[in-house]
Amino acid sequence: MSEHIIELKNVTKYYDDTLVIDNVSFYVNKGEFITFLGPSGCGKTTTLRMIAGFDLPTSGQILLNGKDISSLPPNKRPVNTVFQRYALFPHLNVFENIAFGLRCKKVINTYENDSGDRYTKKEKLTKKEISEKVRKALALVDLEGFEKRSISTLSGGQQQRVAIARAIVNEPEILLLDEPLGALDLKMRKEMQIELKAMHKRLGITFIYVTHDQEEALTMSDTIVVMADGVVQQIGTPTDIYNEPSNTFVADFIGESNLFNGTVTGEREVRFCGKTFQCVDSFEKNELVDVVVRPEDVHMCAPEEGMLRGKVISVVFKGIHYEITVQVGKFEMVIQSTQSRAVGEEIGMNIDPDGIHLMKPKYTSNIFDGVITKRNTVEFADGEFACDVTQLYPGSRLNEEGDLVTQTGEVIDPTGAEVTVEVGMNDITISDDAEAGGTTGHIISIIYKGDHYRLIVRTEEEEEDFVFATPDLWNENDYVSVIIPPEKIKLTLKRTEEAKS
Amino acid sequence: MKIPRISRKTLGIPYAVFLICFVIIPMLIIVVYAFTDQNMRFSFENFIEFFSDPTKLSTIVYSLVIALLTTCFTLLIAYPVAYILARSKMKKKYVLLLLFVTPMWINFVLRVNAIRELLNWIGLLGETNYFNTVLGMVYDFLPFMILPLYTTMIKIDNSLLEASADLGGNPFVTFTRVTVPLSMPGVLSGITMVFLPSMTNYVVSDMLGNSKITIIGKFIETYFGTDWHMGSMIALILLVIVFATTALSGGFRSENNTRGATI
Repeated sequence: MSEHIIELKNVTKYYDDTLVIDNVSFYVNKGEFITFLGPSGCGKTTTLRMIAGFDLPTSGQILLNGKDISSLPPNKRPVNTVFQRYALFPHLNVFENIAFGLRCKKVINTYENDSGDRYTKKEKLTKKEISEKVRKALALVDLEGFEKRSISTLSGGQQQRVAIARAIVNEPEILLLDEPLGALDLKMRKEMQIELKAMHKRLGITFIYVTHDQEEALTMSDTIVVMADGVVQQIGTPTDIYNEPSNTFVADFIGESNLFNGTVTGEREVRFCGKTFQCVDSFEKNELVDVVVRPEDVHMCAPEEGMLRGKVISVVFKGIHYEITVQVGKFEMVIQSTQSRAVGEEIGMNIDPDGIHLMKPKYTSNIFDGVITKRNTVEFADGEFACDVTQLYPGSRLNEEGDLVTQTGEVIDPTGAEVTVEVGMNDITISDDAEAGGTTGHIISIIYKGDHYRLIVRTEEEEEDFVFATPDLWNENDYVSVIIPPEKIKLTLKRTEEAKS
Repeated sequence: MKIPRISRKTLGIPYAVFLICFVIIPMLIIVVYAFTDQNMRFSFENFIEFFSDPTKLSTIVYSLVIALLTTCFTLLIAYPVAYILARSKMKKKYVLLLLFVTPMWINFVLRVNAIRELLNWIGLLGETNYFNTVLGMVYDFLPFMILPLYTTMIKIDNSLLEASADLGGNPFVTFTRVTVPLSMPGVLSGITMVFLPSMTNYVVSDMLGNSKITIIGKFIETYFGTDWHMGSMIALILLVIVFATTALSGGFRSENNTRGATI
């Protein structure tokens, strides 16, 4: 089981000038069911297409059983694909669709001639062999007797099965499935999930599955590769991914979670929501961390018995549990429980140490490359911001005319100087008014962190990200301008070369 | 008071009137003329005469051969062009398509005249009449073949071609077993749009064939100067040929439909 059937080494892919896969490396064990999971546009389908051979990586290697296949055309790779919308041939019937791959195939047969010498011949499969294989494949997907049917007369679920049969009839080493259940209704999808899993067991071949449905991934996979923005966020078993998410993106994407900013206060001790908790993860003291608490790991109790106390602000019945939102001071905590509580009720809450998961935060401040443009402005991230240039030269000041004077009394013009710009996560505000700030962009991500939201605003041209905290609720894709007070923009000169006066 | 409602049937009346006046009545007139003699008495004389006259029969055969050759050559040229246009990832391919189609916007007679001058300059005019006629027709009808082919090919889902490659089909297999069958509707409508006009379009054969070639269209035109009854009979026979050709290609299409080639 430990043999690597597919290995990606530093694979990068550009479409025109857009980076879709950013230096991805991982391997797939022989015989495992691996799922690429991520939101749309995260690069999971592109990764699959590169393994199938429809797209070639811009750089990096794809190894199949240790051999580089990066530039091999799809028809020479021992992999078969179940396409997102099945891609069945409309001009062929069910039999011909499934037989398509078999008719392309040549097998090596050994013969003996009259003098007893053995020789081999590359031959096409015989009619009998083909129809036998097609019959078996149809039986495997429960479509016996469908040979003569036209594709257009089949239901979505049946087309799905034909697509699977068409792929597995070729006995590929790897079966690639590109969101194969996306077009089916919920009930059918659940059935097919179980069937696919059973099929995987029976065939014993490697399945590489692409989906954006986290539940599907958790149900079916041996290993999950969580992707976002063309980067692998985490690789692990479903249990690992769920219980030990490596960053806030994974925690937020897989299942429900409460996310808080915390500070490590001691050995296996973390402070968040105004209280100190025991935990199992070990970080350095005083380190800032992201804290994940799964809703099912919060236990409700009497108000006086709880570490945390709060007031129930909403209760939603979800079928197998209640989802209870509690206001704890200025934080919000979501709890899943089989017991209900009344809205307005005061309750206590406890969290077991192993229910608290700490992660290294991805962002602590924003860093950009900038250029000083005018006397007191710096250009970065598609915009121009007022700033304090005196911080570039220790002891310098601005004279009456607004010129920069160094400690030694020399007047210099810093225009054109390249600088590194640093902006804290709490120093950014945004506004609906596009003119109000130094630059504009769209909100691309919103993560709720208990008492505030963490937003990411991405500028249009250079696609620079501003990560910051705000108490206000915005909508994803809102077009906003970014406001940074001049004194909060930290500048450092990038090069020793000084701008000429 | 009840407001009279216009039903869909009422909306169809102008169309029906138009059809009766300009299609059905003229056809009936042709039939009547074809089966009557100079004194407007019913007779099979035109019919018998047509099929017993070797020149008339050979004209039909020549017309068919010219139309067939024209269709074959346009298809041979148009198919790769349409394929390249439809499948290439070139950003400016619309410009290329436009270049192939713009000749349609220039007056037909002018275009044929241009070819005539060209042939005259090379010295082929009056020498290779059949070649010249087919050349002119291929040139003139090429856009009518490219367009339907292009529009069918552009609609072929790329994932079908990927599926073929995925299943082990090399580019040749993918072309012959996926692209070609899926572009058949375009081939058939292209053939219909080229074959029929090239049977009857006598302007090209007149101007480029140095008036030495008589195709069936020219025949009809000549007879309508002197003998409307014979002209009508030839028109009727042409109609039957056209009908048979259309039925044949239409038959292919409906068969395709039952097999699910809905493109």
